[in-house]
Amino acid sequence: MNVIEAAGLGKRYGSTWALRECTLAIPDGHVAALVGPNGAGKTTLLNLAVGLATPTAGTVSVLGGTRPGSPAALDGIAFVAQDAPLHANLSVADTLHLTRNLNRRFDRGYARARLDELGIPLTRKAGKLSGGQQAQLALTLALGRRPRLLVLDEPMASLDPLARHDFMATAMTAMADDGVSVVLSSHVLTELERVADYLVLMSRGSVQVAGEVDDLLASHRVLTGPAAEAGRYAERLAVVHARRGGAQAHLLIRTNGSTDPVPPGWEAHPVSLEELALAYLREPGAASLPGPVRAERTEVSP
Amino acid sequence: MTALTLPAQPGHEASPRPMPWRRMAWITWRQHRLAVAGVVAVLGAVSVYLYITGEQLRHQGFISYGAGPVLSITAVLFQAIPPLIGAFVGAPVLARELETGTFRFTWTQGFGRARWTVATLAPLALAVTIAAAAFGLVFSWSYGPQIIGNPVLSPLAATTFDLHEVTLAGWTLVAFAIGSVAGIAIRRVVPAMFATLVAWSGLAVLTGAFLRRHYQAPLVTSNFTLPDGAWIESQRWAQDGHPVSLSAVDQVLQKIGATVAAPGHLGQLPAAGSQSAAGSQSAPAPGPGSVNPAQYLLHHGITQLTTYQPASRLWPFQWIEGGWLLALSLLLMAAAVWLVLRRAA
Repeated sequence: MNVIEAAGLGKRYGSTWALRECTLAIPDGHVAALVGPNGAGKTTLLNLAVGLATPTAGTVSVLGGTRPGSPAALDGIAFVAQDAPLHANLSVADTLHLTRNLNRRFDRGYARARLDELGIPLTRKAGKLSGGQQAQLALTLALGRRPRLLVLDEPMASLDPLARHDFMATAMTAMADDGVSVVLSSHVLTELERVADYLVLMSRGSVQVAGEVDDLLASHRVLTGPAAEAGRYAERLAVVHARRGGAQAHLLIRTNGSTDPVPPGWEAHPVSLEELALAYLREPGAASLPGPVRAERTEVSP
Repeated sequence: MTALTLPAQPGHEASPRPMPWRRMAWITWRQHRLAVAGVVAVLGAVSVYLYITGEQLRHQGFISYGAGPVLSITAVLFQAIPPLIGAFVGAPVLARELETGTFRFTWTQGFGRARWTVATLAPLALAVTIAAAAFGLVFSWSYGPQIIGNPVLSPLAATTFDLHEVTLAGWTLVAFAIGSVAGIAIRRVVPAMFATLVAWSGLAVLTGAFLRRHYQAPLVTSNFTLPDGAWIESQRWAQDGHPVSLSAVDQVLQKIGATVAAPGHLGQLPAAGSQSAAGSQSAPAPGPGSVNPAQYLLHHGITQLTTYQPASRLWPFQWIEGGWLLALSLLLMAAAVWLVLRRAA
């Protein structure tokens, strides 16, 4: 099952395309990270997936073919928007009650216990909580709904490092214990390396890379060798990004599973997730739809 | 940290429950209770004042038509009730969700945004309509004796017509509906409030000036003396069934030394004529002697045709206006729901 599946998906606001020709399939059972610079279309894609926006072009479905915004989709997906907007004038207890009333399923005991452990008082107005507490409250409300898919838009943008750690720990626990699939967007790469096992890289309104992190790391490597020879390899190899430092050239290449021997005079290194992401982000046109996306799509069809 | 130690197993409360409409009732009340309480408090306080003056009027046993100026000042104030309710209760309902971004939370819950909108708007619309109708009842009870049967004021006149229970409820409901549409269309609380005030006032002025007189075909009379409380639409002179210009009438009148100065003064002529019977102690007009100008004109085949709505049509007109206001309000609120569904984040 794919938690989010899009085909030719496009969204236009006025005359600007926020998302264009987006085709991807995020399988369930992952913590999928949606990474890209500001304005890449991450929030637009998530809004389309949770039913807050409707596509201008193409199609999007969630939880294995359900229409976003339909009752079944709303039941199964919990969404925490950027900056975790909550009614500022309601107390935490009222916010819990509100969420419980608005949903078919809400685990109040779990939510109360979690807020208690986090030291968030039930009587405090939501607007008077710190940014980190508000984010934790929003996450608690979302998890209390016992969703099948948790969608988090820039969950860590407003959090300090400790709050980020706690926040992600909670999301990970839910993932591990309940089998909740998680899709989160972020432009903070370092935080994601620890948690994400599926990566979707976006830039300029379209998907650039999509795939399981392990597969991506296995199918890319960095070659370091004399800068003079770099041009020759650039033609033969699928070079994503070339970086020259003095006499040395660093080529991030996509091996696509082939085991070409390393040319003499060159060294091969495994690539880190951050290196990989940065290389693609620096070359938005170079590899717009690399292998992993196509591979994923063929898996989808049965 | 602590988050990892939490029991994540679903508790007994985690099983799905049905999601009936009434579960929204608490939410709507919790979020809008201040606005509703404000409306009830203000209207309640003014109602008490109206009740006391109404009681005094009845105990004193006389009805003061001279209260006209006071009546119109307070009536003008009361005219502000519907637009203020529309601006302060109706406009923020959807605009605040959009302005603060909480719609991203509310609209992605299991209840669904269309149901959420209906479940928010409907009870509030009902509440303000009932409050306005109750206030209108008090107004009718208190001011009714001064308005109905008053020879000077017509109960159909714009100053008080829309303050009775049916129309006040209708105008308040439509103000709320305008506010809700403005809120979702504009997405900012304060601009939506202003838009509500402007749109409501425009509708109210157009209705009073052009629409209301067409609810039923007006009556036409050639009597100089009009029934009490008649709502005059127009008056014109006619001779043998043909319109006569004002100057022609003037020429006839000059023979007896009287004048009709301007179209606006036409109504005063019959008033002067009829008063000569009731208030004859005041000295009759000197120059023309005993000639009654109205009789004189009649003698020359000139009649004054008055197009008017009789005071007895107050309640039919009330229900006609209330009816179309209700229909318009339902349309507007349906439009608000439709806009919520179309609203892209």
